[in-house]
Amino acid sequence: MDKIPVTFTLNGETVEGLAEPRMLLIHFLRETLGVTGPHIGCETSHCGACTVDMDGRSVKSCTLFAVQASGSEIVTVEGLANPDGTLGVIQEMFREHHGLQCGFCTPGMITRAWRLLQETPNPSEEQVRFGMAGNLCRCTGYQNIVKAVLASAAELNAAKEAAE
Amino acid sequence: MIPAGFEYHRPADLAAAIGILQQHGDEARVVAGGHSLIPMMKLRMAELGHLVDLRDIGELRGIGIAGGTAEIGAMTTQHELIGHGGLASALPVLREAALQIADPQVRYLGTIGGNVANGDPGNDMPAVMQCLGARFRLCGPEGEREVAARDFYEAAFFTARAEEEILSRILIPLPPEGTGQAYVKQKRKIGDYATAAAAVIAGRDSASVAMTNLSDTPVWSAEAGAALAAGHVEGCVEAMLAAIDPQEDMRGPIPFKKHVAAVVLRRAIGAALARRA
Ligand SMILES: Cc1cc2nc3c(=O)[nH]c(=O)nc-3n(C[C@H](O)[C@H](O)[C@H](O)COP(=O)(O)OP(=O)(O)OC[C@H]3O[C@@H](n4cnc5c(N)ncnc54)[C@H](O)[C@@H]3O)c2cc1C
Ligand code: FES
Ligand code: FES
Repeated sequence: MDKIPVTFTLNGETVEGLAEPRMLLIHFLRETLGVTGPHIGCETSHCGACTVDMDGRSVKSCTLFAVQASGSEIVTVEGLANPDGTLGVIQEMFREHHGLQCGFCTPGMITRAWRLLQETPNPSEEQVRFGMAGNLCRCTGYQNIVKAVLASAAELNAAKEAAE
Repeated sequence: MIPAGFEYHRPADLAAAIGILQQHGDEARVVAGGHSLIPMMKLRMAELGHLVDLRDIGELRGIGIAGGTAEIGAMTTQHELIGHGGLASALPVLREAALQIADPQVRYLGTIGGNVANGDPGNDMPAVMQCLGARFRLCGPEGEREVAARDFYEAAFFTARAEEEILSRILIPLPPEGTGQAYVKQKRKIGDYATAAAAVIAGRDSASVAMTNLSDTPVWSAEAGAALAAGHVEGCVEAMLAAIDPQEDMRGPIPFKKHVAAVVLRRAIGAALARRA
């Protein structure tokens, strides 16, 4: 099949490339664009390691063709760092609360947590667990991931209040 | 896990989409949220020459509640369904069922239309639609027609929808005020299909009951509904157990599935009766 042009906004910048229609978004990001934050864990829509944000929704980029993403706005974990390259709030809270061990699930976790906290800025522990249920971690036992997300919520809310 | 090659189409309206289906016949398939179809394509269990993406078709979107009927566009995602205030108060069972489907990422893209059109006995919405007496509007080259959810499912992955038809809207009659509604699902973990699940609505002298993943189609039983309407909970369970036909698989042997079916059905009946006003 012929390759067709794909273009979308990635972390605020317009990117373009050519993809066969059957190319999955995760492969387009990693191999065509060299954006290796999103990981391939299961490749079967179960683990969430490949999670990216597309038009305000957390999506598994292994279960979407790159051509389907054309015209959309995509954010990956790379886009969640501070503009000066230091860790963003959620990234920092994962570090501080030991929300990772091997780190393989972490980009998906952080990208998902970012969207969850925009929809639910003051989540209960139960809401964090339910809202993060599409992301699997083989290392941490989740306890510290939940702590990191709750701590991120507190930090983000404090920063918002300080700004007002 | 890379699917075989295909040609990608992204029509802007329903007429164009139907035209592409007509042109390519059984070589073409529509994709909605893609969360049943793309996994099947990756496993090469679904092979197709033309993929028709419905995402740009505005006619397939939107939720309306008027004149005693809720109308839901096929491309409404589970996430949108869960967040819709009007539906949450008129048809809370939809939200309750949607929240038990898969995980947040799947619900952001998976659509109600794809869930009911798919024909997988594991899908949760078909039984809910049968319980509620929903109708499916199908658009094809010859125009529109409506099929009752209770007549739509023929066998696993076989439905009354013709190859060139697209499901455009789901029409649900609103149950009378005070009707209790519930969907109870037993699954092994988040993101799993049901071992057994039950949809129940119960009013003052009417009731309807349907179940998920206990046969090669959803199971709605008129006898079970009539028994419950007459106040006989055990009669309802008995009628339903006679209507289901579960198979042994990794979710357990047949006697276990029948046991779980009875448990979730009793729980759903209990919840629906408790919510009845
Ligand atoms: C990890 C995981 C867990 C899941 N768990 C559950 C679960 O517990 N319960 C559950 O119900 N589902 C579950 N699903 C399936 C998910 O809900 C799918 O999104 C849903 O079954 C199909 O909807 P879709 O919009 O993704 O459809 P698609 O995958 O795009 O399409 C499915 C089928 O329907 C056809 N189709 C789609 N839309 C239309 C239309 N408008 N007109 C005609 N034909 C159409 C397609 O051609 C295709 O054959 C799970 C999926 C995953 C990946
Ligand atoms: S790699 Fe996409 S869900 Fe696991
Ligand atoms: S930190 Fe290793 S998988 Fe989550």
